[in-house]
Amino acid sequence: MSDSSVSLADIISTVEFNYSGDLLATGDKGGRVVIFQREQENKSRPHSRGEYNVYSTFQSHEPEFDYLKSLEIEEKINKIRWLPQQNAAHFLLSTNDKTIKLWKISERDKRAEGYNLKDEDGRLRDPFRITALRVPKLKPMDLMVEASPRRIFANAHTYHINSISVNSDHETYLSADDLRINLWHLEITDRSFNIVDIKPVNMEELTEVITAAEFHPHQCNVFVYSSSKGTVRLCDMRSSALCDRHSKFFEEPEDPSSRSFFSEIISSISDVKFSHSGRYMMTRDYLSVKVWDLNMESRPVETHQVHEYLRSKLCSLYENDCIFDKFECCWSGSDSAIMTGSYNNFFRMFDRNTRRDVTLEASRENSKPRASLKPRKVCTGGKRKKDEISVDSLDFNKKILHTAWHPAENIIAVAATNNLYIFQDKVN
Amino acid sequence: MRNLPGFWIPKDVSWEKFTKQGTQGTMFARGLKRKSAEDGEDVEGGLAGAQAMPSYSLQRQSLLDMSLVKLQLCHMLVEPNLCRSVLIANTVRQIQEEMAQDGTWRVVAPQAAGRAPLDRLVSTDILCRSVREQEGERPAPDAGDGHTPDLVPGLATVPSAQALRNPQSSLWEVDSSRENRGGFQKSLDQIFETLENKTSGSVEELFADVDSSYYDLDAVLTGMVGSTQSGHGSGLQAFSPATAAPPSSSCRSDLGELDHAVEILVET
Repeated sequence: MSDSSVSLADIISTVEFNYSGDLLATGDKGGRVVIFQREQENKSRPHSRGEYNVYSTFQSHEPEFDYLKSLEIEEKINKIRWLPQQNAAHFLLSTNDKTIKLWKISERDKRAEGYNLKDEDGRLRDPFRITALRVPKLKPMDLMVEASPRRIFANAHTYHINSISVNSDHETYLSADDLRINLWHLEITDRSFNIVDIKPVNMEELTEVITAAEFHPHQCNVFVYSSSKGTVRLCDMRSSALCDRHSKFFEEPEDPSSRSFFSEIISSISDVKFSHSGRYMMTRDYLSVKVWDLNMESRPVETHQVHEYLRSKLCSLYENDCIFDKFECCWSGSDSAIMTGSYNNFFRMFDRNTRRDVTLEASRENSKPRASLKPRKVCTGGKRKKDEISVDSLDFNKKILHTAWHPAENIIAVAATNNLYIFQDKVN
Repeated sequence: MRNLPGFWIPKDVSWEKFTKQGTQGTMFARGLKRKSAEDGEDVEGGLAGAQAMPSYSLQRQSLLDMSLVKLQLCHMLVEPNLCRSVLIANTVRQIQEEMAQDGTWRVVAPQAAGRAPLDRLVSTDILCRSVREQEGERPAPDAGDGHTPDLVPGLATVPSAQALRNPQSSLWEVDSSRENRGGFQKSLDQIFETLENKTSGSVEELFADVDSSYYDLDAVLTGMVGSTQSGHGSGLQAFSPATAAPPSSSCRSDLGELDHAVEILVET
C-alpha cells in the first residue's frame, strides 16, 4: 500500500463470501458493492485457478440527509449478506445505517436480434412498412452483469443498523440496530416485526446497546444478540412475539484481578457468529475471541487472546478511540479454525484442534504471488528479536476489521483499509 | 496551560504530559487498583520531565476529563456512535461512583436547589453546562421559572420515533424532573436526553457569552475547532419539511441561509 492518502470512500467496510464461495462481495464507505467471482478451473491456465476477479460493481446506497435532525445518513455499507441461490440469479442484502436493500445480480450473455417492431438500434419501425414476419434470433454477446434493486426495506430503524442475518427458512431475515431488532419477510417491504426492544422508557437510563445479532444456521426460530456489556442472549421466537426475555444468557464472570476503568469497554462484544455446525458460537471482544458451547451459558469453552500486549496500552487506545474499534471474526468451513483481525494489518488465525495460532500480515510488501505468508510476531518487552515488531511500532491506523473465510475451502479474504487481500492454502 | 472558564485541567498534569504518558501506556497499568498511598509512584517508561507520576486520583480525574471531552465532541455532521457514547458515559459513571466512595466527590442531595461542589465538581459541571448554554436555550417564555434548558441540539443525537411522530411538541417540552439534580449526574443525563429528543435552540444567544478562547483550547487539545459551530442551525432544521434531496458538501453553507429563513418563520 502506498503512503499517499487513501480515499475515504474506498475503505472496505464489509466482506462476505456467498454460500458456494464462488462469489465474494465487498462493501465500502462510499456505498459501493464490488463482487468478485472465482475463476473456473482451466487446464490451459492452471495458475489462474481460484483467482477472484471483479464480476460486478454497483452503487448500493447513496448518502442521504435527514432534515429533521440535520444529520447526514452515511452511505457506508455496514453489512452484506447473501441469500442462498435458488435460480440463475444471485441475491444479496446490503445495508447502511438505516436502509436495507435486496439486490439481484444477473448475467446476460445473449441478445435477441431481428425484432419485427423495432430496428436494430431500437427505433420503432413504421408498422405499414412491415411486410414479413421473422423470428428474433438469440445471438451471443459479451457477458454483462446487471445489478438491480428488487426490494428496499426502509424506515424501520431509528438507530444505526449494525447487523443483518438471513434466516435458514430463506424467507425471513433480521436487522438489528443499537436498541432494536426487527424481523422482515423478504417479499414485504412496508412492514417489519419488532422482536427485541431494549430501549429504556427513560433514555437517561440507557447503559447497554445491541452490538450484533445473528440467526441460528439451522433452527429458524433461534437467534442471538450481543451487547456492549459483553453478554449474549439467545432468543427463541416461538416463546413469544417480543423476545425481550431471553432463553439463554451467556456471560463470563469478570476476573476481579484485572478490573480497570476500561473493563467494560473491552468486554463489549463487537461480533457474534454461529459455527457452521450450529453447536457453537464465537464472540469477539476487544482483546480476545471466545468460543461458546450453546449448552453452557456460564463461561466460554475456549478463549483465544488476539493481542493481549495491548492491555497495558488501554489508556492511550481509549484516548485515540481505537478501543472502540469493532473487529469481526469468522469460522473456517469445517469450524476447525477461527480468524480475526488486529492492528498493523495483522490478522490472527487459531486452530482449535491443534491449539496453534499464527499472526499474519496483509501487506503488499509481504505478499508476493504464490509465496507463503511469513508468520509475524509482536515483541512485548525486553529485547526485540530480529523480525519481531515492538508494540510501540504498531500502526494503529492499519486495522483489519473485516475478514471472511470461504465456506468450503481454505481461502480467506482480508480487508485492509482500502485493499482486499485473498489468500489460499497452497495446494500441491 | 492556563485555566479557562469551563475547562479545568489537573494542576500538576499538563495536557502534553498526559498525552505523552498515554502513548507510553503507563498511566493505567493493567490491574491498577485504588491505592491508599499514591504519591510518587514509580513508573516504567519515564516522563520527559523530572516530575513524579501523578497520583491515582489525578490520573482518574484526567481520565474523567478526557471522557467528558469525548462525550461533548459530538457536534458532527453524522450521528455519533451510540455504542461509543454509552460506553464512555458508563466509564464516567464508574469514575464518579468511585470518587463518591472515596469522599472526593460530595454527592449533592437532589432536593438542594443550589449546589456547592468542590473545585473538581465545578469543573465538570461547568464543562457540561457551558456547552449546553452555548448550544441554546429554549426560547419559549416559560423558561423564566429557572428550569434549565432542555436538550442540546448538536450533541449526540439519536432520533426517536416519538420525536419523529410529533416533532413540534416534543421539541418544546420541558422535563422539569431533570432540574436540580446533583451536578454530574445531571450533565450525564442531559447528554442522554439529547439521544432521545432533539430540541431547537435559538440561534442568536448561542455564542454570545462564550469566551472565544475556549475554542482555541478545544482545538489545541482535540484537533477539532469549536465544533459547536455546526450545531447552531441544527435545531431549527426540525421545522423544515423532510425532503429527499441528496446532500452535497455545500449543504452546510446552505443551512445558514435556511436557518435564517426558518427562524423568521418560526418567530412570526
